[in-house]
Amino acid sequence: MRYALLLLAALAFVPVAAGSGTDLYGANCIECHGPQGRGIPERGPSLRGVGARAADFYLRTGYMPLGNPHDQPHRKRVQFTKRELAELVAYVASFGGGPPIPRPEPARGNLAEGQELFTEHCAGCHQIDAEGGYVTNAVAPPLDRASPVEIAEAVRTGPYLMPRFSEKQIGDDQLNSIIRYVQYAKHPDDRGGWSLGHVGPVPEGLVTWFVAVVLLIATCAVIGQRIRS
Amino acid sequence: MKRWLIALLVLLLGRRRRRPVLDEDARLVPAGSPDRRAENVVLLLFGAATLCAIAFPVIYAWDAIPNQTQFLGLAVGLALAFVSAACIVIGKRLVVTEELEDEYGDAHPDDQEALEQLVDESGSRFTRKKLLLLAGAGAGTALGAAVITPAASLGPVFDVSSLYRTPWRRGIRLVDELGNAFRADDIEEGTFYTAYPEHADREQMGAPLVVVRLEPAELQLPESRNGWAPEGILAFSKICTHAGCAIALYRKPTFPAVQPSPALVCPCHYSTFNVATGGEVVFGPAGRPLPQLPLELSGAGELRAAGNFSGPVGPSWWGVRRHGARP
Repeated sequence: MRYALLLLAALAFVPVAAGSGTDLYGANCIECHGPQGRGIPERGPSLRGVGARAADFYLRTGYMPLGNPHDQPHRKRVQFTKRELAELVAYVASFGGGPPIPRPEPARGNLAEGQELFTEHCAGCHQIDAEGGYVTNAVAPPLDRASPVEIAEAVRTGPYLMPRFSEKQIGDDQLNSIIRYVQYAKHPDDRGGWSLGHVGPVPEGLVTWFVAVVLLIATCAVIGQRIRS
Repeated sequence: MKRWLIALLVLLLGRRRRRPVLDEDARLVPAGSPDRRAENVVLLLFGAATLCAIAFPVIYAWDAIPNQTQFLGLAVGLALAFVSAACIVIGKRLVVTEELEDEYGDAHPDDQEALEQLVDESGSRFTRKKLLLLAGAGAGTALGAAVITPAASLGPVFDVSSLYRTPWRRGIRLVDELGNAFRADDIEEGTFYTAYPEHADREQMGAPLVVVRLEPAELQLPESRNGWAPEGILAFSKICTHAGCAIALYRKPTFPAVQPSPALVCPCHYSTFNVATGGEVVFGPAGRPLPQLPLELSGAGELRAAGNFSGPVGPSWWGVRRHGARP
């Protein structure tokens, strides 16, 4: 009996592949976000006016559908096909208003500027190497699998507990630079040292201490004497 | 290592207990010939160490010097190097050494006495024990003083009134990094801004602000702070009340019904301040709420301070609760 219930519960969150966005919405989203995206108190926020930008972010990262509205959404395998995803996004966008999916061009960004901006706006939570971190009661996810479009969407939307940043705070050119830096941080150039933490020479310096300790012991051996038997 | 320790012991013990000089047959360690040249070298090395160690507080106090940090390191490094060189010379040239091999026997009071005698006699080559001791103690004292010097930078000890001072007073405009005045329309919900007082030194502890906007209905400010947040715009000191880090994290829920409340978080130790209740600590090591700055809107819709902070800014110190923030 219990297994049957568990199975039923599991089935409730398996996306139902159907034709149009309306059907997909009805099968996967309506339980928390309500009919026509009006939202349900204590279950899910209204989706009216969030636009394609937020819908695309939450769906293409696998953040939604979410089993328990009290959990923090995490990156999961997306269970929709590309076409289903596009239809669902279009349906949510049809609730009205809302910004479109951004089209960032990281190639036009400046890596050095990107690192500076990332340090200022993002590194507090995501760490300077974009490997993720913590805020009270939540996890700031690592960005090693974030695509340029996802980064742009997240910066503008502010998913879960993240603040959002408007064009006034971070311009589109600056956003391109930030994205370029995040892409770089996935495979950083660790020239001139080992890749310990990807944060420059400090950890290497720490390791050097161990080398220095060996040298000190060697010095002791040189200036001391051993009793010959 | 053993010899160095013995050398130290010799320096310390050689002075206090002067044993009657035993006749040559009773000696354990053969008497060594005095070596005044080596002693002079040791004195010279201790003197150099003392000078280097004294240089440390001098460099520390002299802010105008370029590459100050490197010179500080050089001073301490050289002082330590000279002291160790002096110890090496003592161990190699002054302490009488002899190689012996012996089985470990049972502990016996005689052995203890023999050891003391050994230590005593090993110092037979020293001719100016007191002078050497004085030089060693001088180097040690100077080094100790050098190590303590940086504590002077930890803050004022007697007159803490400067810690209560902030550049904010009624009518001062809030500006961004570039010096542009913030308008109420610039402040959007769901994000946070850093602001500074116009025409004031931004390096001061009380200068930087973090500004956020909430729905006026969300506010739960205490009665005494009525009107501190026009249009729901709140301003807090950006300096954490725990260890003085910059508050760089804003936890802004997308769906407040099921997510933690909006809060400012310090990235150093995760002190978490509820913005809706006026900076109350909800988590972490901070012992005081984040000081809030009352705001008002000018006729042109620009943000201005309406007074000073709700409490002293920055990490706590003794007597921090005695006064409020002062202009």
